[in-house]
Amino acid sequence: MAEAVTDDGFVVFDRVQKSYDGETLVVKDLNLSIAKGEFLTMLGPSGSGKTTCLMMLAGFETATHGDIRLGGQPINNIPPHKRGIGMVFQNYALFPHMTIAENLAFPLEVRKMGKSEREEKIKRALDMVEMGSFGGRRPSQLSGGQQQRVALARALVFEPELVLMDEPLGALDKQLREKMQFEITDLAHNLGITTVYVTHDQTEALTMSDNVAVFDDGRIQQLAPPDLLYEKPENSFVAQFIGENNTLEGVVTEIAGDTCVVRLDDGEELDATPINVSKVGERTKVSIRPERVEYNKERLQEGAHTLKAEVLEFIYMGDIFRTRLRVAGNDEFIIKTRNAPDVERLKPGQQIEIGWLPQDCRALDA
Amino acid sequence: MSDMTDTGGPVLAADGTPLKRSLARALRRQKMRALMLIAPLLLFILISFILPVADMLYRSVQNGIVTETLPRSVVALADWDAKSGDLPSEAVFAAMAADLKEAAAAKTHTKVGTRLNYENPGISSLFRKTGRKAKKFDLENGGPWKEALIDINEGWGEPDNWRTIQTYSPPVTAGYFLNAVDMRVGPDGAEARPESEQIYMNLLKRTLWMSLTITVCCILLAYPVAWILANLPMRQANMLMILVLLPFWTSLLVRTSAWKILLQQQGVINDILVWIGLVDDSARLVIINNQFGTIVAMTHILLPFMILPMYSVMQTIPPTYLRAAKSLGATDWTAFWRVYFPQTVPGIGAGSILVFILAIGYYITPALVGGTKGTFISNQIAFHISSSLNWGLASALGAILLAVVLVLYWAYDKIVGIDNVKLG
Repeated sequence: MAEAVTDDGFVVFDRVQKSYDGETLVVKDLNLSIAKGEFLTMLGPSGSGKTTCLMMLAGFETATHGDIRLGGQPINNIPPHKRGIGMVFQNYALFPHMTIAENLAFPLEVRKMGKSEREEKIKRALDMVEMGSFGGRRPSQLSGGQQQRVALARALVFEPELVLMDEPLGALDKQLREKMQFEITDLAHNLGITTVYVTHDQTEALTMSDNVAVFDDGRIQQLAPPDLLYEKPENSFVAQFIGENNTLEGVVTEIAGDTCVVRLDDGEELDATPINVSKVGERTKVSIRPERVEYNKERLQEGAHTLKAEVLEFIYMGDIFRTRLRVAGNDEFIIKTRNAPDVERLKPGQQIEIGWLPQDCRALDA
Repeated sequence: MSDMTDTGGPVLAADGTPLKRSLARALRRQKMRALMLIAPLLLFILISFILPVADMLYRSVQNGIVTETLPRSVVALADWDAKSGDLPSEAVFAAMAADLKEAAAAKTHTKVGTRLNYENPGISSLFRKTGRKAKKFDLENGGPWKEALIDINEGWGEPDNWRTIQTYSPPVTAGYFLNAVDMRVGPDGAEARPESEQIYMNLLKRTLWMSLTITVCCILLAYPVAWILANLPMRQANMLMILVLLPFWTSLLVRTSAWKILLQQQGVINDILVWIGLVDDSARLVIINNQFGTIVAMTHILLPFMILPMYSVMQTIPPTYLRAAKSLGATDWTAFWRVYFPQTVPGIGAGSILVFILAIGYYITPALVGGTKGTFISNQIAFHISSSLNWGLASALGAILLAVVLVLYWAYDKIVGIDNVKLG
């Protein structure tokens, strides 16, 4: 799973482990390489080790084992204030006793920068986040979104090459969050900064990142660009965690090159692409995205396996229809259909047959 | 419905009464209920705190005793010119004789004597001695009273004594306050007392200076403790908190006496120093019954009052501020001094006000470990309340203390801002 670490990465985690109590590992054998200018998101449920990784990179936690390198230099023994890494915190951490301009001046003052240069940089940074006229205000006088922008400006004002963000949008409402997602990615790409972004919100991860590292149980489960992560999950955790997903359990009965046949526990059979299964008789969880399920037989391949399904619930959601089915004993099987004039609206109680293209259905680890 | 919305003028409730009156009536019951709930406490505070304080403040200027006991003399003396150096006229002496006879019968003559003795030491014996004979005065046929009174006690022949009576005859006096700031009413109005009699201003200065020292000591000792309390995991923090609060469960007297045992010349600390060899047995340190002893003992006793407000403020400061500062390039010290410390100022302020105000009026500890050099103004107040019975002076000293505290409070509000004080 963990990809081979190449030394040319701007940020490199090399076999990093972290334990707080000496008994359990919070981060287990982490290998990760981040290229210069890349926007990488660490995504995972709480307790998966993603924030610990960020804190080790920032220097607030020390790695129990392994090397963390920044621009080729090991930084394990460099204190946080000498790493020159910009950081945005979840609660913004704007200093409440200073004005916005003083907050931005802080990193420049500790770098002993002259007054005129300082003011110019502060102005540029505030203009960049469209907060130019707020320099004299206190953080408590700003809204959440405005504080977020200032926190961003403060992390960027001393022109770091690497910026870390720890769930920076967690406290904002949905609309503002979506707006800020675009602003942050735009800014990061325009300035060419390497960004490591921690979140537990998968939509955020998918829309913002060049690459997403999915964390669980102290390991990276998959590191991939968003589209691959969604369409080609490599294990059932990733398939479950990213997006909506239907799971059916069964045993592999046939493997032929790129396709395999899985017999579900109730005896029905279906076609799938083998990912984590290698031999006949292995147990597997097959994963299929709700929008890839077809119940119009004409769209299916000749000779494709189909499953019987009973409609339990039909929800009209405007742009799509969301239908809950009972399939092979699973009451939570969801299909999503685009609201188009020619699409049949299913009714509860209706018996249908569903199928899919074998490449959309992935046989993963059980 | 339409008639309600369309009419101009005051908005009416459904039954036609103006909405404002209706609202006031609805709220009145709520207010009454709230008042009923706090009424016992209000009454208690009124009786046990506000009224006594008001009474004591009034005593600091009250002087009715002279006019009440010597009504005729006060009227007769009004025209006398004290600066002339002559004795008052025969009429004044006659009035005094009449007053004294009446006062002696009612046994109030000694009280006037005591009162005037505060201002003019020695005058009480004049009243006491004259009073003994005053009962037998024959007001109709006796006289002339000038010679008669001087005959009984030659004090009546001194214009100074008469001046004292005249000066302190109004029912309200500034005399106690002047006394409390080491001044007195001389022939030409207020004047400073001779240096040998000046005690209260020095005592007040000492009280302020020592309270300030105690407050600073408390800040220095409490800050790290509060920081540890705020940053330890819950379980250890609770344990430590119990240790901080432990002194509250021990009698103040016991704690102060413990310091006596520790600090006295044959005490634990001196013994250890001698044993180590740091101090010679013949030159044991004097660290109690002086200012040092008072400062040490009071710093210990008042420390929790500094730790608690600091702790509750520090608890609200998330550790991310320090992390943010460090990520921005600040060293540990800069992060602390520029980011953490300014946010703890409200806690320091609250603790300082609390400790300073408690210290400035502290009584038991300085009385027990202060000796003569380490006592506070409150010990002088206690002395005048219970020993010298000069309640007027005690009240004046107390009022000055109260005024000092209020002025400092006002200054603090101007400089730091009282909104910046957080107790929790």
